[in-house]
Amino acid sequence: MRRRFAIATICAAWMCWSALWKPAATVNAQLSEVEQEGYASPLEVLLSPDGARLYVLCQDTAQVRVLEAATGQVLQTIPVGRQPRGFSFSPDGRRLFVANSWDDTVTVIDTQSGQVKATWAAGFEPSSVAEDRAEKTLFVADRIGNNVTVLDAATGAEKLTLEAGRGASYLAMAADGSRLYVTHVYPNPTPHRTPPKSEITVIDPGRAQVVDRLLLPNIAGVFHVAISRDGKLGVAAELHPKNLVPLAHVEHGWAFVDTLTVFGADVGRSVEVPLDELDRYYAYSFGVAIAPDKSRIYVTHGGSDCVTVIDTKKMLAYIREHPEPFAEDLSASANYVVGRIAVGKNPRGAALSRDGAKFYVANRLDDTISVIDTRANRVTQTIKLAGPEKVSALRRGEQTFYKAYSFQGQFGCSNCHIDSTFDGLQWDLEPDGFGRDIVDNRLIEDLRGTEPFKWNGGNPTLVKECGIRTEMYFWRSQNYDDRTLTDLVLYIRSLPSRPNRWRAANGVLTPAQERGRAVFYRTIDKLGQPIPQSNQCGYCHSGPKGTSQKSFDVGTGKPTDNSGLLDTPQLMSLALTAPYLHDGSAKSLEEIWTVYNPHDRHGRTNDLTKDELNDLVEYLRTR
Amino acid sequence: MKKAAIVGVLLAVGAMGLAAQTSARPGRKIHADTQTQGVPAMPRFRFENFTTANGLPDDHVFAVLVDGDRVWAGTNNGLAEYENGQWKTYTTADGLAHRAVLSLALDKRTGDVWAGTMGGLSRISAGRIDSYTQLNSGLSNDVVYGVSIEGENVWVATAAGACRLNTRTGEWSLYNERNTPMTEIWAYGVSAAPDKVYYAIWGSGLLEFNQKTGVWDKYDDPDGENEIVLLKDQGLIHEIVTSVSYVDGVVWAATYFGASHYDGRYWHNFLTKDSGLPSNFINFIKGVDRNRAWFCTDKGLAYYDGTNWAVYRPALDIGKPEMMVRDAQARVTQIPVETAPAHNYVLGIDFQGRDLWVATAKGLSHGVYQP
Repeated sequence: MRRRFAIATICAAWMCWSALWKPAATVNAQLSEVEQEGYASPLEVLLSPDGARLYVLCQDTAQVRVLEAATGQVLQTIPVGRQPRGFSFSPDGRRLFVANSWDDTVTVIDTQSGQVKATWAAGFEPSSVAEDRAEKTLFVADRIGNNVTVLDAATGAEKLTLEAGRGASYLAMAADGSRLYVTHVYPNPTPHRTPPKSEITVIDPGRAQVVDRLLLPNIAGVFHVAISRDGKLGVAAELHPKNLVPLAHVEHGWAFVDTLTVFGADVGRSVEVPLDELDRYYAYSFGVAIAPDKSRIYVTHGGSDCVTVIDTKKMLAYIREHPEPFAEDLSASANYVVGRIAVGKNPRGAALSRDGAKFYVANRLDDTISVIDTRANRVTQTIKLAGPEKVSALRRGEQTFYKAYSFQGQFGCSNCHIDSTFDGLQWDLEPDGFGRDIVDNRLIEDLRGTEPFKWNGGNPTLVKECGIRTEMYFWRSQNYDDRTLTDLVLYIRSLPSRPNRWRAANGVLTPAQERGRAVFYRTIDKLGQPIPQSNQCGYCHSGPKGTSQKSFDVGTGKPTDNSGLLDTPQLMSLALTAPYLHDGSAKSLEEIWTVYNPHDRHGRTNDLTKDELNDLVEYLRTR
Repeated sequence: MKKAAIVGVLLAVGAMGLAAQTSARPGRKIHADTQTQGVPAMPRFRFENFTTANGLPDDHVFAVLVDGDRVWAGTNNGLAEYENGQWKTYTTADGLAHRAVLSLALDKRTGDVWAGTMGGLSRISAGRIDSYTQLNSGLSNDVVYGVSIEGENVWVATAAGACRLNTRTGEWSLYNERNTPMTEIWAYGVSAAPDKVYYAIWGSGLLEFNQKTGVWDKYDDPDGENEIVLLKDQGLIHEIVTSVSYVDGVVWAATYFGASHYDGRYWHNFLTKDSGLPSNFINFIKGVDRNRAWFCTDKGLAYYDGTNWAVYRPALDIGKPEMMVRDAQARVTQIPVETAPAHNYVLGIDFQGRDLWVATAKGLSHGVYQP
């Protein structure tokens, strides 16, 4: 009955490990270069219940700024945690909750005094927060945790976690408090080379349980969700990628459609509705709001620097009269889009005044708030937030990153690198035929010292990766000028690695992680045989970032690949970036060795037991 | 050698059990009259049975789980959900790890259901199914006989030992002959609580994990692997433990050779010869509290209230519904009943208020409590 699993592993000797080990505390203490520049980077806005004050969540200065809504005058500045991503009021408006994504906390602010009353732990990468109507329970969407952490709203004590979609990020509470809707920015796992799927997770706040999951086929990247005051109409802003066909097919719709999922009793089901036009795209739909009388829906487009205005009645009529699917019918939007309003750079979160007369938009990358008169559908005021007057090279680079730079403004860097990370998709990038050279998208944090780029290692520098290659294969548009490209590269190189949630703050490994580390560095297999250097983990995955920066054939190539040689990927934040291998065929870290290493070419691993493989995985997740 | 002996005896006992199904047990005096005066008042049920004829995907039901008004049945051909009088079946096409669902557990906090199958472990959460296998996760083996939830941990009994999934961190911890006292790794059942976790190990006794200290302990049959009980109440009744239920600080353990009750200090064992158990071959056990438990045997469903016993089953000979009550004086009285569980080969049980749901080899039964 004793069953041992012949399994796999990487291994090897990495003699200088201890010298290269960087404790998590050190990493956590670092400020990214972007944060150091002092731009406010307003990400979200909220109006106080009486409409008098405008609360602005400033991402890079880690603040909540309280403004007089009428004048834009700053009333208070409240420091919060690192990289705040979402905030909301308690139902009575007395408390403001802020989700601090890099501190894994929620800041509780007394809105009367503007004082921070508490800071509570809240899962892995809190991204938004909502309190139930009874003010007993706080729900926090955790992007890395892929779940919703449920806290006691009085004490902050964690009660439980609820499984949400991958990259759980945004919340919307129904006005009557009966349902909480959760979206997620990375697609849920699906079989290799099948269309992505996402969901809107529906929680009963009273029971603190998931009661439904609205399926969103073909969707990867869902952002804000809004519910009408009567609770009968829901709208979520999202990306509809076309990652299964080669990116060469510009004339066939190319890479993305920007859509909304519309759901609720007014619709009777979930329907995907396009926002783009035949020759113009409205990229990176992010913020969404429904007018109090449901007459209009407003959507911010982070890549197109504008707001779309939808006539709800016309949209619902179109849905009723047209058989689905029509998500990729770009002629549809002309039937219900009644306005496109230019705003600032990278518009993100937005809020409607209680009477629906004004729509406030946070323009993250020019530190402004656009105030739209919804009757006139035009910006009537632009509130400038305090910060550096000069636009730095880094800031310009970030603006380029988030701009839909491609032909017809269809997409930009941030479409595939959501919030400067990745998208969880595998793409057919190059014009080499359907299904050839499929590549998994990679995280772009902390890239210094990981050159070359591309899975075939074909681009020695970021300048080539982001310049010639991108212009040729992605943008189908004009080239970057030298300064723009330099700024973009500067920005990408500045992206830090996020805190590692699987590594203790003091850097001490758990027993399982220690055992896994020993497996990683071993030079002799369990049969007592020396492991050839080239088959030791640390040989290819060497250096502080886990890459020798060289290409190898480790037997993971597919018949559809153009080359057997693959660039050695870095190992940082490995736990976040499933699926694995160059084409994303390994659904989990385990599958790299249990499925895709039958001949021990990707490290000597088939002598390992299942316990030992688990230890190795635990260690790798600390990288 | 040792293992072969156990299997041999087991096969022999199983064969005897099959033979016994066709005839009433000799040597036991049964009062077949309908006079129930003086007979202990044991719970009575009207059994409504479900098979493929009325919505189940398969008659072979390995496990049953009650979640409020909803009932889940783990069958040989999918996971069935019963709600508002309708059956819905989840299959591998929906993401279930395997069609044969052997065990079920409810995370009472989240409402998620965990299903142990012949091909991995699945979580069913508001219709979404995520499956963990020995290839795509840290799960020790795809044959999952038992699952139990405690806090954020999912404890799993597999054909290659025990394991624990921390749902917060995603970490899998494996427990087997290398890091616990288990000498065999065929984990058949698990029952987890905040203080202790118990594993039923087929051929290796009862394993206890102390959540506070992180230390494993083991309880063995003091008779060793003898199939003759020499020391009845001095320890676990047998090494082949098939199911365990830890409730109110008391362990109820089922084996293929009787049942055990352990309160942390004293053992009390149950055998057919000196209790109301209809068979020593017990597939599943579920404690109600320190004193009461249900026993799922190959010869019917049994209930023990701390003093008296009741057995519910189709008669082994002619299949007529029967209920028998055994009092403290070992007097057995047959109670006239009109319904019985779908089959006498009982594999699982769960409670819905005072009602029962019973998994059998030939259907699922709803025991509606009769006041």
